[in-house]
Amino acid sequence: MEKDTLQQALPLDQMLIAQYRNNKELITANDIQYVSELREEAFQTFMESGFPHSGMEQWRHTDVDVLTEDAYLNEIEVPDTKKDIEELFRCDIHNFDTETVSMLNGWYIDKDSPLKTLPEGIVVGSFREAMKAYPQIFEQYYGKIAPKNANGFVQINTAMMQDGVFVWVPDGVKSAKTLQIIKILNKEEQLFVQSRNLIVLGKNSELSLMHCDDSVNQQSSLVNTVTEIFVDENANLELYKLQNLNDQSGLINSTFVQQMANSNIKTNTLTFNCGLIRNNIHVKLDGQGSHADVLGLYLMDKQQHIDNQIRIDHNVANCTSNELFKGILDEEASAVFNGYIHVARDAQKTNAYQNNNNILLTPTATINTMPFLEIYADDVKCSHGATVGQLDQEAMFYIRSRGISAANARLLLMYAFAADIINEISIEALRQRIDDMVKKRLRGELSVCDKCVLHCGAPEKEYHFDIDLSKI
Amino acid sequence: MLLNIKNLTVAIEGKEIIKGLNLQVNKGEVHAIMGPNGTGKSTLAAAITGREGYEVTEGEIWYKDQNIIEMDADERANLGIFLSFQYPVEIPGVSMTNFMRTAINAQREYRGLPPMPAGEFLKLMEEKKKLVDIHSKLTNRSVNEGFSGGEKKKNEIFQMALLEPTLAILDETDSGLDIDALRTVAKGVNELRSEENAFVVITHYQRLLEYIVPDFVHVMYDGKIVKSGSKNLALELEDKGYEWLKEQSLV
Ligand SMILES: Nc1ncnc2c1ncn2[C@@H]1O[C@H](COP(=O)(O)OP(=O)(O)OP(=O)(O)O)[C@@H](O)[C@H]1O
Ligand SMILES: [Mg+2]
Repeated sequence: MEKDTLQQALPLDQMLIAQYRNNKELITANDIQYVSELREEAFQTFMESGFPHSGMEQWRHTDVDVLTEDAYLNEIEVPDTKKDIEELFRCDIHNFDTETVSMLNGWYIDKDSPLKTLPEGIVVGSFREAMKAYPQIFEQYYGKIAPKNANGFVQINTAMMQDGVFVWVPDGVKSAKTLQIIKILNKEEQLFVQSRNLIVLGKNSELSLMHCDDSVNQQSSLVNTVTEIFVDENANLELYKLQNLNDQSGLINSTFVQQMANSNIKTNTLTFNCGLIRNNIHVKLDGQGSHADVLGLYLMDKQQHIDNQIRIDHNVANCTSNELFKGILDEEASAVFNGYIHVARDAQKTNAYQNNNNILLTPTATINTMPFLEIYADDVKCSHGATVGQLDQEAMFYIRSRGISAANARLLLMYAFAADIINEISIEALRQRIDDMVKKRLRGELSVCDKCVLHCGAPEKEYHFDIDLSKI
Repeated sequence: MLLNIKNLTVAIEGKEIIKGLNLQVNKGEVHAIMGPNGTGKSTLAAAITGREGYEVTEGEIWYKDQNIIEMDADERANLGIFLSFQYPVEIPGVSMTNFMRTAINAQREYRGLPPMPAGEFLKLMEEKKKLVDIHSKLTNRSVNEGFSGGEKKKNEIFQMALLEPTLAILDETDSGLDIDALRTVAKGVNELRSEENAFVVITHYQRLLEYIVPDFVHVMYDGKIVKSGSKNLALELEDKGYEWLKEQSLV
């Protein structure tokens, strides 16, 4: 406890550096050697670089300084009182059967065992256990999908992370159910939480994954998650990220994906609430015929801030990518979108689309959208577009002329705007639940207590229609 | 009297478009408004239905014994005023079913009625779809999205049939319709006609008025009604055009 108090007196970077130096044995206690080696390398890099700050071009519009200059508690030892997650999070799943794994304050919660093999053959479990059980997979992929020169958040994660989720889908294996990773923060102290995920899809495999970041209280925190995903030939990944943290919290979320030939991914990042959020999504198309759909929806208000940094590398020929991010910003919310498409010299026949559409509901909401295409091949089709607008006044009048109030007309239009992204969710039951969350959010009724999308039993109401505003 | 417009002046962005217009409509009547392009017919419709930005600078619009000029568009709709748009708006992402159910329930709520049960609503949809001969493949789509010009107009009448307004203003609902669709639309209107409601039909063509027979025909020119008469006036206009009226009104 004394140590904790001390920790919380220093700015985050200084605290982490001291913590690493003083507790190296503890930090590496559970490691295989390869992982320890990467820690040391990353720690040195972090010492030089520190955290990114608003003086850096890529962080210019996102003030992470306010977060990193604060003091936090960073747990490097498994707390002995891992509360039963069931207590916190009773999932009464309606109509949607998932395979669930949970993390509490960054620690994997094992109900039965820290590492399990699902009936269809998928291996899922705690990152710290998995490295010992599958060292060859770690040596092959861990730390290799995230670039070596990644930013300070990634470096410090590599240096000091303690746990996370490991998923391995062997060749030819297809997930029978959506795998849901529920991450909950619930602590009295202001926590710094690092988690590290490694997800490996073998050849011809399939995985549907949902990743929920939630707070259960109003305590502030900073979460720094790094996820590396390898998608082998002809494999298929659907990744849904749901972000619903409190207004006091910061989330830095870095996802790195490497795709091999004829593989397909679809990521959908749905941000409902968070004080400050930065999503770095970096997809490398390294095998011909691969395709990536990178989608996102953000609904921000108050003084919330979201920064989506998307980078797609078309490294080889005949790949396609499609980026679509849509956002609704209310009150004094601010957003940044940076879509960077890089087409390498030999990546002929590339098709890359990028779009970012925003609705600003107030004059005080802001968006900074920057498409960026860097193309070195000559036979490519690339397009980008960004729109910033208000609600369509013609449509407002049309709707109101049918008797629908201004408030509900607004809601209908906002919902319709978001529908493009929601409709891309291919699992019907999940689509309905997210739909429900979006409606609640747009009506200002979604709280962090709604936790994850699957929480709280039956949906709000019966679904006969897409949306029913009549009861508002 | 259902609608009584007295000396109405309407300006858009400071520019006067309607310039002292009078119109009285009783329950059970059909009024046709004709007139050259750009004379303010749609502006009049927008002013009656409460479109923002259409500023009533003078005069009054009385509907069911209240002056409605300060009322919001949705409240006017809830009082039974309906506009079939000259240019219906596409609303991607909002399904027709959903839109109409929301509208019906909003209007019911205004009248102190509970929401319509889903089953009842679906039955009503089916019934009205038949009335205007509109295909399910349209009503399952987003509002007007990708509809052809004619389909959009039919869809307006479909909405009217569902909402059963007391005062319906049809702004060039006939333009863009093929002959069969024109008949269907007219049939829809005629079936809804009763002693309790009224229609204001804005059109350029006498043909619609063969199917929806008006009690009165008005000619609008330069923001005013310059001539009113019986249905025969429409025939006269078809024959002679507007030139003679323009000359008359300039005098
Ligand atoms: N938003 C606007 N801003 C400025 N002027 C407008 C606006 N809307 C309409 N007007 C002008 O008002 C006049 C009347 O337009 P309106 O649409 O009412 O004519 P209309 O009689 O319905 O014509 P049509 O037969 O072509 O439909 C036109 O000169 C038009 O250009
Ligand atoms: Mg007009």
